[in-house]
Amino acid sequence: MSILAFTLILLLGAFLAGLAGSLTGLGGGVVVIPLLTLCFNIDIRYAIGAALVASIATSSGSASAYVKEGITNMRLGMFLEIATTVGAVIGAAIAIYMPTNVIAVIFGMVLIFSAAMTLRKKYDHSVVKGSMTAEKLKLNGSYPTKDGQVEYELTNIMGGFSIMSLAGVLSGLLGIGSGALKVLAMDSVMRVPFKVSTTTSNFMIGVTAAASAVVYLQRGYIDPGIAFPVIIGVLVGATTGAKLLQRMNVKVLRIIFSIAITIVALNMMYNGFNHKF
Amino acid sequence: MIKDFSNRILGDRDLQRIIGTLLRIGVVTASIIALIGGVIYLFVHGMETMPDYGRFHNEAPIYTHLSGIISGVFSLDARSIMQLGVVVLIMTPIMRVFCSLFSFGLERDRMYVVITFIVLSIILFSMFSGMKI
Repeated sequence: MSILAFTLILLLGAFLAGLAGSLTGLGGGVVVIPLLTLCFNIDIRYAIGAALVASIATSSGSASAYVKEGITNMRLGMFLEIATTVGAVIGAAIAIYMPTNVIAVIFGMVLIFSAAMTLRKKYDHSVVKGSMTAEKLKLNGSYPTKDGQVEYELTNIMGGFSIMSLAGVLSGLLGIGSGALKVLAMDSVMRVPFKVSTTTSNFMIGVTAAASAVVYLQRGYIDPGIAFPVIIGVLVGATTGAKLLQRMNVKVLRIIFSIAITIVALNMMYNGFNHKF
Repeated sequence: MIKDFSNRILGDRDLQRIIGTLLRIGVVTASIIALIGGVIYLFVHGMETMPDYGRFHNEAPIYTHLSGIISGVFSLDARSIMQLGVVVLIMTPIMRVFCSLFSFGLERDRMYVVITFIVLSIILFSMFSGMKI
């Protein structure tokens, strides 16, 4: 295949990956890895490098809008970034010693978990009594809604912090944002309102991914010939997805994508078990 | 006094707005640089057979180090220009942390200056520990 043909096909694929990632709420990077490894037969290390930059692009691109609206809890994000960046550095270090087949299997499991997470119920947790730690760390906040500013308080900060470390390790190891795990830590454990937890998680993904991307760049995982079409394609796809989300009800689409992603994940695991990576 | 003053000039919401704009500028700049490099790449090498990505081979050192990338950019090497776009993209969230450090400082929030400093140190540690000098 010529470089031109490869780049154009990859551009289209990355566009669809960005679209799927944004419609399901999984994030732009996650779908890039199976796209590159299963469809293009690219080595998983290059796929991880490309997915990392795609995660940074979509996270920073969409976070800019949410931050402006004042929904993102910046203190909460920064505090938890201690956990995710330490985790990301550890994850990137483990990645050297871990066989690529094992990485593929872990990736498949995380992908299935993430797809399942997008289908669960969403709570606003408005009547939670905050813990002492939340008070001390100034993590309680408020966010704008149609009916004015809504106050919220948080609990079980250390529980959330530990899950965030795990999310960081996975994101460093697999090159993904692991947004689903971040939302789980905030939403289910710390009782952050759903809107705040999704936007804050998105805000954090860029920093977490950057912490391991600086290592992967030097390790040669990021190939410019793959990264260029992936960044552009995923960004345009994610932006299109965000516009679609505002205009229509994507419930059915979301379920279809979640099923498709589960099948892809099983495929990754199957190939991993059969040492095809 | 000073606290009121800094709050008035740069309130929490203003800072959020500045950080939001910064993130957008970073992503747009990175995409434009990568796009320029990409167009040159396709014009010059488009008809060549694609590299073998099925096997991992260590990237040529000029694409893994900032100095190599920058000297490649000056000699108009398309792959280096694309990689510079990637570097700008990676730098965007790191710059965001820098800005937060500054903004928590303005708010006299010592605890969060320390927390932000820890995050920044971890990233810088990660950056320099991987470097082969």
